[in-house]
Amino acid sequence: MTTDAPHPRPTARLRAAAGVLRDVFAGPYARTFARAQQDEDDLFMVIVMAEALGVPNPASYYTVELLPVVYDQVHDWHRRMGLDRSPLDHFSCC
Amino acid sequence: MNSLVLALIGVTMILAGYALYSRFLASKIYALDDSRPTPAHELEDGVDYVPTNKYVLWGHHFTSVAGAAPIVGPAIAVIWGWLPAFLWVTIGTVFFAGMHDLGALWASVRNKGQSMGALSGRYIGARGRNLFLVVIFLLLLMVNAAFAVVIAGLLVSTPTAVIPTWGALLVALGVGQAIYRLRWSLPVVSIVGVVALYALIWVGDQVPLALPETVAGLPANAIWIILLFVYAGIASMLPVWVLLQPRDYINGLQLFIALGILYGSVLLARPEIVAPAVNGNVPEGTPGIVPLLFVTIACGAISGFHGMVSSGTSSKQLDKESDARFVGYFGAVGEGLLALGAIIAATAGFQTLAAWEEVYSAFGQGNVGAFVSGGGAIVQSGLGLPESLAATILATTAILFAATTMDTGVRLQRFVVQEIGEIGGVRLGKGVSTLIAVGVALALTFGAGVDGSGGMLIWPLFGTTNQLLAALTLSIVAIMLLRRGRTALPALIPLAFVGVMTLYALFIQLGTFWSEGNWLLLVLDIVILVASLWVMVEALGAMRKAKDYQGDDDAELEQLSASEIAGQSARGDSAPDRRDG
Repeated sequence: MTTDAPHPRPTARLRAAAGVLRDVFAGPYARTFARAQQDEDDLFMVIVMAEALGVPNPASYYTVELLPVVYDQVHDWHRRMGLDRSPLDHFSCC
Repeated sequence: MNSLVLALIGVTMILAGYALYSRFLASKIYALDDSRPTPAHELEDGVDYVPTNKYVLWGHHFTSVAGAAPIVGPAIAVIWGWLPAFLWVTIGTVFFAGMHDLGALWASVRNKGQSMGALSGRYIGARGRNLFLVVIFLLLLMVNAAFAVVIAGLLVSTPTAVIPTWGALLVALGVGQAIYRLRWSLPVVSIVGVVALYALIWVGDQVPLALPETVAGLPANAIWIILLFVYAGIASMLPVWVLLQPRDYINGLQLFIALGILYGSVLLARPEIVAPAVNGNVPEGTPGIVPLLFVTIACGAISGFHGMVSSGTSSKQLDKESDARFVGYFGAVGEGLLALGAIIAATAGFQTLAAWEEVYSAFGQGNVGAFVSGGGAIVQSGLGLPESLAATILATTAILFAATTMDTGVRLQRFVVQEIGEIGGVRLGKGVSTLIAVGVALALTFGAGVDGSGGMLIWPLFGTTNQLLAALTLSIVAIMLLRRGRTALPALIPLAFVGVMTLYALFIQLGTFWSEGNWLLLVLDIVILVASLWVMVEALGAMRKAKDYQGDDDAELEQLSASEIAGQSARGDSAPDRRDG
């Protein structure tokens, strides 16, 4: 949005203005799409970790392979779920 | 009085308020501190909490809060003369609205970006929060019903606005496709979109369309209202990128252009104000200026909905605490300027006092029609546009604002209906809940007669409900200031004033509805009255406790997580985040 140059060239200013315009257009709605994606990701997370959370999961034979992939996201996920600490006994992230 | 002098005095007062009073509020009262991380940084998640450039954020904040209400309220309120409306808009913007909007932003930023509903739970108690939900439901109902009536009235009185109003939907659909399918660059799309919109306005001016006086036994008004609700129902269910997003964007650009056209015309034409400064000769049936002035002009002076936008979305995107002054206070300044433009249009755009009195022949008669015809005359003499074209531009502007508010309102009401259903153990689908949301609003609109006048009758109730929300927000701000041992007077004085005026107005209306036998509005009035008394008592108790508070509120808040502040799952907290009015 802003440029570090002391005297930005007119083209840079125009580009910055176009950037502000783009953010004004997309801002609130990008959030709508991001939230939709986040909801899907959260659901996926629950399915993958069902067994670890104590929920019997007939597909755990397959999902267990995905656990290392989702571990990076556990911290953000449990905070979004309103849990301050990780709900997993064997996994403490904070 | 010349309108240019009035415009200059008003703009100077409002801008001086921003330069001086907001600086005082930011440094001494709210003590904005850039060394504190804002929720946007602390809880950044790329979805709700995103640090945003302050100009971009101001753009969103302003277009979210600027709807039809800053036009409708002042255009009705000048019936008491231009001076009371002018004073309430200017003083209200500086000392009430700016303070309130900035305060809401500050309160939410210090509480991890939680909404006013969640904060009322924390500072006033769980009952405060329940009350908040009741108020939201009623507010949305009123917005949907009243705005449908306003738009229908404009479509009937300005047939030239019919083509641009419905054609704007095609422009929006085209803009959405151009950006997402054809991948055009946004500046090009913006220019093409605005040019297309103005071309439609020109076409509409050449080809006015009017419905026959009655269709299938229903007056034209009623037909438009039904069509509008059908549109809003469909629009609220479509994916946002198809219609709502490009529509909001083009309307935002149109807002700035229309404001520029109006003020530019005042500068060039300098018309005399024909309306009296204080109207001693009000039409029969006009309610008393005190307290009705203060609830008729809600947005443009002080509006509770602004606090909901501030705390619902803006607070989660604030990059630095000091940006709150620009986003919150200057957002109110933009709204105040829109209201000031509406006052000038509705008082200076007439040839003679007699012509003005003819329009303002009864309370509520002036309305947006006076803004459109008066503003059209000013634009005609200022820019030399034909009067009907100028009126079409302003009518289309007003309609587009009201319509975007309405389709978002129906969408939000759908969520509320679904939530209520879930509490009752019924899972309502998208279609059914939209039908319920639209059905309730239609019932209210036609509750007073087949002409749909029920929607406008509740306008004063919109004002009171909105002011009640503002009082709730101000009481939270006051409690937070008291807990920090700072002077709370900048919040307490507006709170006392707004609270007393709102209660007074509700009592007066209670008597009116009772004598008219208008049971629907009587019940709504009682609900709001009970809610306001309830919140006042609760807030007073909370303030007494806050005075004796010994701890460090900021340090305490830092220990809490966002979900603890909300008292519920952080994800369950979502305030309406789009336009109000």
